[in-house]
Amino acid sequence: MSIQVNNLSKKYGHQLALDGISFSIPSGEVVGFLGPNGAGKSTTMKIITGYIPATSGSAEVCGLDLSEKSLEVRKMVGYLPEHNPLYLDMYIAEYLLFAAGIAGVKNTKKALETAIELTQLGPERNKKIGQLSKGYRQRVGLAQALIHDPKVLILDEPTSGLDPNQVVEIRNVIKNLGSEKTVLLSTHIMQEVEAMCNRVIVINKGKIVADDSLEGLKKSAADQSLETIFRNLTSHVGSI
Amino acid sequence: MWEVFKKEIRSFLGSFIAYIVMGVFLAITGLFMWIIKGNNVLDLGIASLQVMFNIAPYILIFLVSAITMRSLSEEKRLGTIEILTTRPVSDTSILLGKYLAAVALIVFTLLPTLFYFYTIQQLADPLQGTDTGATIGSYFGLILLAASYASIGMFASSLTDNQIVSLIISMVLCFFWYGVLSLLGDVKALLAIGKSLEWFSLDFHYQSISRGVLDTRDVIYFLGFIVAFLGATKMAFESRKW
Repeated sequence: MSIQVNNLSKKYGHQLALDGISFSIPSGEVVGFLGPNGAGKSTTMKIITGYIPATSGSAEVCGLDLSEKSLEVRKMVGYLPEHNPLYLDMYIAEYLLFAAGIAGVKNTKKALETAIELTQLGPERNKKIGQLSKGYRQRVGLAQALIHDPKVLILDEPTSGLDPNQVVEIRNVIKNLGSEKTVLLSTHIMQEVEAMCNRVIVINKGKIVADDSLEGLKKSAADQSLETIFRNLTSHVGSI
Repeated sequence: MWEVFKKEIRSFLGSFIAYIVMGVFLAITGLFMWIIKGNNVLDLGIASLQVMFNIAPYILIFLVSAITMRSLSEEKRLGTIEILTTRPVSDTSILLGKYLAAVALIVFTLLPTLFYFYTIQQLADPLQGTDTGATIGSYFGLILLAASYASIGMFASSLTDNQIVSLIISMVLCFFWYGVLSLLGDVKALLAIGKSLEWFSLDFHYQSISRGVLDTRDVIYFLGFIVAFLGATKMAFESRKW
């Protein structure tokens, strides 16, 4: 299993953000992580990447427990946080070389070229990050996530705020990556899930409410659209 | 750790703050050494850098705080801290990389003042009759002092995501540890307590080293001070895990 999460809970103060979720993702799968804002998607991703510890339960990546082998796990995980944080005053190559360096890559030059090629950053490669359009910034974010050729990619809303053309381009990049890596990506856009993912995990108020293949999910809901399924699973009873 | 160190140095030298801060430091020490009437070297007629070593601790409060203010607060504001801390580097090496970069930049800023030393040596009568031992001691003390300020600055930067707030906290704390504590020694009403509080001030140990006598107790004080503040920085930095 690439990612294995058992009975994971997270409390922020008194607020329960994750309430005992469990799932496992075999390697090579592209999984869409769906849920309303505040459902616990980002929290789950922050725990899997080792940014914050869980309150209880365990998370494993490639068989290594996060609470014991955090540093080893981080070598195998590429992470694009929500809102794609970047150093705006750095040049693309400068930043990616730095990203490669702290990721422990030996041949940083080669890693840089590979990442630029994968994310098609070539035409803009001599610019400062602050000068880039949002779509290209997103590619830089992706490039830093995969610069060390990780086995697992965790992408938190990789296409939010992009125009339709950019969305399609980023999707293609992710789809290509998905052929050799395990990808867990969160999104609000249903078409995106249909375009990229083999499997969907829906989370609501810190609990998993659906975990199925795309076809399975549709079949069980009598072929409704994914939007309708999502709304049925996550909206409050009686609030519509 | 060295990756972070290199990045810090590059991003600092690529920013305007670097040159403003260094320029201000050299301008002010230069003014006090040579131009401003009363205490300058030419008026006093003593071939010594003492004027600079007396004024530098106060200027360094500003200089060092300005160097360290972005260190962690900017990473927090941008959110890049989330990328940094999910890479295979420990929090300790991130902090040490940033801290050592700040110290290196301070030493770099102090380097041009060696030119003052050369000038004074040429002015001295007999030629080069300056007290080199005391000067080396004073530089050593100044670097230890600045390194202590830098640990305070890192701590201040770990508390907030706003660099101005970080700058102010750092300057206040530096001034407290350098100036306020040492003044307490002069307050008669405090008697012996004042004297022992004075022992905790940075100024007390800085003056002691400046005399040119290298006392291991002073060095241990400074190193302990730095470790304590970096430890507090690490705790604040890891507060996300609480």
